[in-house]
Amino acid sequence: MLNLFRIKKIFELSDNFFYWLKIIFLSIIIFGLILSLVISPKDYLQGDTVRIMYVHVPSSWLSLMIFSTMGVCSIISLIFKIRVCTIYAKSLAPIGFTFSLISVFTGSLWGQPTWGTFWTWDARLTSMLLLVFFYIFYILSWTFIKNFFTAEKYSSIIAIVGLANIPIIKFSVEWWNTLHQPASIKLTESPAIHASMLTPLLVMFFGFGLFALFIFLIRYKTEILKLKKDKLNNILK
Amino acid sequence: MSPASKKRLNYFLIAIIVFLIVGKFVLNSLQGNTVYFFSPSDLSKLSEKPNGLVRVGGLVKNGSIQEKQKDSIYSFIITDLNNDVYVEYKGLLPNLFQEGKGAVIEGVLKDKKFLIAEKILAKHDENYMPPEIAEALKKNGNWKATYGK
Repeated sequence: MLNLFRIKKIFELSDNFFYWLKIIFLSIIIFGLILSLVISPKDYLQGDTVRIMYVHVPSSWLSLMIFSTMGVCSIISLIFKIRVCTIYAKSLAPIGFTFSLISVFTGSLWGQPTWGTFWTWDARLTSMLLLVFFYIFYILSWTFIKNFFTAEKYSSIIAIVGLANIPIIKFSVEWWNTLHQPASIKLTESPAIHASMLTPLLVMFFGFGLFALFIFLIRYKTEILKLKKDKLNNILK
Repeated sequence: MSPASKKRLNYFLIAIIVFLIVGKFVLNSLQGNTVYFFSPSDLSKLSEKPNGLVRVGGLVKNGSIQEKQKDSIYSFIITDLNNDVYVEYKGLLPNLFQEGKGAVIEGVLKDKKFLIAEKILAKHDENYMPPEIAEALKKNGNWKATYGK
């Protein structure tokens, strides 16, 4: 698997691989959607509104995980000048950004019928909005700074500073009084969510994860081709 | 590791340490400002009643919701099991607002025990289950008070 991310290997991947990856993630997402929208039961309090969770939670998880990865990659690229990490982070950014937007919008759609408001400035919601802005700043720094090395430096700093926000998002619901409920699924405790609802959630997460991987591989290829075009590909060695 | 990398790593570690120390102070001072809502006990500890809009959060006390005739004025008690706050509200209640469940009430305090509500937010907890399971839990007596009625 690690071989996959080596620069040359990615171009040796046949179209067949992408074809099958596409088939697999699409079928998992369709299966997950059927599970979550049709088969899974209503919630005893929320009714059908609970189905929003099957999209909201996987997107939130992925947006946090992707930003954490970008942050770690940025640290490595900034300190050790292992530039392939920069390319990882750069390729991941739009994917995470999309997931963070999905998370905020579906959360807001869920909040209206459940809490009685689309938006409120509690710690979880505010820190999540901040994450969306970190994604925007990261992507914009690549758009507006034309020199690769300058852009690399500033975008990495943004990602590293943004990394501090990740534990704040994760633990905001435990540290402070928030309107947002605490996590239902914790590593240390049995989940506070019934198995018939946990299964579609995990299937959807897996499907979304494969989708993210699919887009990442395509974007990673594109970024390397761009470097080649700019005659910068020697920096990766 | 090249000497240049080593130097950058050192700068980075120093930056992290400085950042952690500053972050600790910021978090400490934020503690007072990031409260989304007060609990009734928080309120009773305050020496003066806060002016303007405040949010009070807690459980809606069982059997406390009363509807006053005609004007759809509701009154109920928000409790954290130690202290109570009496709330009056005119308007529609959210669907998930019910006795025994969490709610956050935004409004103006008349005194430390009496809140005129302007907005009611139902708080949802981390428990998700199908209605049949809820029924079963109630039947076999494994129902927890925090699950609601």
